[in-house]
Amino acid sequence: MAEVKVQNGVNVDALLAAREALRGAPQAAKFTWRASCKWQNGTHSRTSVQGFHGLGEEQKHKTEFSFDADHPEIFASEDLGITPIEYVLVGLASCLTAGVASVAQNRGVQLRSVEAKLEGTMDLYGILGIDRDVRNGYDDIKVTFNIDADASKKEIEAIVAQSQKRSAVYDVLANPVNVTVTVA
Amino acid sequence: MPSVRAGLPCAHASQRSSIIEQVTTVVIGAGHTGLAVSRSLTERSIDHVVLERGEVANSWRRERWDSLRLLTPNWQSRLPGYRYEGADPDGYMTTAEVVAFISGFAAVAAAPVRTQTTVTSVTPVDEGYRVATDQGDFRCRCVVVASGACNLPSVPALDQGVPASVARVTPIDYRNPDQLPEGGVLVVGASATGVQLAHEIHRSGRPVTLSVGEHVRLPRVYRGRDVLWWMEASGVWDQRYDEVDDVVRARGLPSPQLVGTPERVTLDLNALSTAGVRLVGRLAAVRDGRALFSGGLRNQFALADLKMDRLLDTFDEWARAHSRLADADAPERFEPTRVPESSPLQLDLANGEIRAIVWATGYRPDYRWLDVPVLDRKGSLRHEGGVVDAPGLYAMGLPMLRRRKSTFIHGAEDDARDIVEHLAAYLARASAK
Repeated sequence: MAEVKVQNGVNVDALLAAREALRGAPQAAKFTWRASCKWQNGTHSRTSVQGFHGLGEEQKHKTEFSFDADHPEIFASEDLGITPIEYVLVGLASCLTAGVASVAQNRGVQLRSVEAKLEGTMDLYGILGIDRDVRNGYDDIKVTFNIDADASKKEIEAIVAQSQKRSAVYDVLANPVNVTVTVA
Repeated sequence: MPSVRAGLPCAHASQRSSIIEQVTTVVIGAGHTGLAVSRSLTERSIDHVVLERGEVANSWRRERWDSLRLLTPNWQSRLPGYRYEGADPDGYMTTAEVVAFISGFAAVAAAPVRTQTTVTSVTPVDEGYRVATDQGDFRCRCVVVASGACNLPSVPALDQGVPASVARVTPIDYRNPDQLPEGGVLVVGASATGVQLAHEIHRSGRPVTLSVGEHVRLPRVYRGRDVLWWMEASGVWDQRYDEVDDVVRARGLPSPQLVGTPERVTLDLNALSTAGVRLVGRLAAVRDGRALFSGGLRNQFALADLKMDRLLDTFDEWARAHSRLADADAPERFEPTRVPESSPLQLDLANGEIRAIVWATGYRPDYRWLDVPVLDRKGSLRHEGGVVDAPGLYAMGLPMLRRRKSTFIHGAEDDARDIVEHLAAYLARASAK
């Protein structure tokens, strides 16, 4: 079988082992992801991410990652980072792409290249309060994958479909979640 | 009926013929706003007719649910030179009482009402308008559109995704819970309409889920007085359209969560959840037969609580400045809206739990007969305080037309006076040319 030769760089065995281990340890499967944000100036903020909770204890990334967010100059901002709503595309793209790699690995499909183009459309009438019938956020998000792999188009489509089915970011965008904002 | 006719030649109604009646002003709609305008026109000796598709107070006769009572107390029911004089000033009129009240005013004001006359089109012609009806046509200088703000239910497009097994009802068709199938009911919208229907449907034994978006929370009674007494006394209700920060927002506000009952109960979301109504977030989508609700319920509660407290602060501040209110009860603040311990974000509409949806998602006026280019891209009338963006065309009775009270019965008097003053000046200018 081709499985031994396929190498997408995803350790599927470890993932499958984790699934088996967590099946008997539901508490360990409860994760909390965290981010802390500091206002810089104007619409510029910097969010850092390092610690999270999972497998029953505090965890952390090897290093602290930092993300600048701002708005482009046409919004009279300084453009010191991408806009927050663009970070949503970053999250969706990277989540679906990681999923494609993992599913392909698990199905023994060798990937040569995976590219995704994302487009989210929104109407500023929402956030500017011009039209109450217009929502604030994206009204539509389109993701187009361009995948070169040892597989038929049907197989590739099935991998992309499975990637959406198991994507945390896809889920949280496509389905509602409770959001609680408080002032400490 | 007596009407004062000034100047223009007048052909009396031969309703079968094709004779065009000449009249200075046509008022469309014999509800309280159209009749208030008629009264002001009569006072200024401006000849006019009031065209009414049905009978006086027609929507109150035909388009209201059985249990509805006015939100305003009886003592507040007043029209120019006419007021409630019954034995229960603090009570709230039933729809039949409202019909009697408005009909009484029409008679006292001797309003020149043509009933059973449906306007089919209003078209601009030289120096005025041609008003076509199913009883013949009119030619006039001015038209006052007083046909109401609640002609059509605003049903969101996501209605189309609702499974056919679920019955759909709008407040215009709704009369009482017996109309609905047995079983769960989803009421969408938490305005006065939404909370009232949610409450009575739930009490009929049909478990109600109420989908809550932006809403306006008010107690029925504040410091021992009807909250609408405070709205009036403190001047909040008199705030003008050209004084508020954001008139577009003010005009789009949902009606306050109030109900008129003999017991003067408060019908806010806490009262509903105590009664067993399940609260969920704003209906965001219907997908694959499932209703998806926003996870922002907590913030909707927080916003409504904050705004209510801000309004009560305004009342308290006003009371401090008016020492004659020494007899009022002490200021009070109400329990914040309780966040449900768990609130579903999705409901399967196909599994039989929800048998009916009530779209309490607002109303809009019907302008299909208005052949004058005065609607904006959303279908709303372009107007400045009721002075429509076309010479000689006026509107009445729209949300915050000129004042916060514009859609309430007692709000018609000031608006009618202002509108007719403008209309009279327009006629004077036109005849001076």
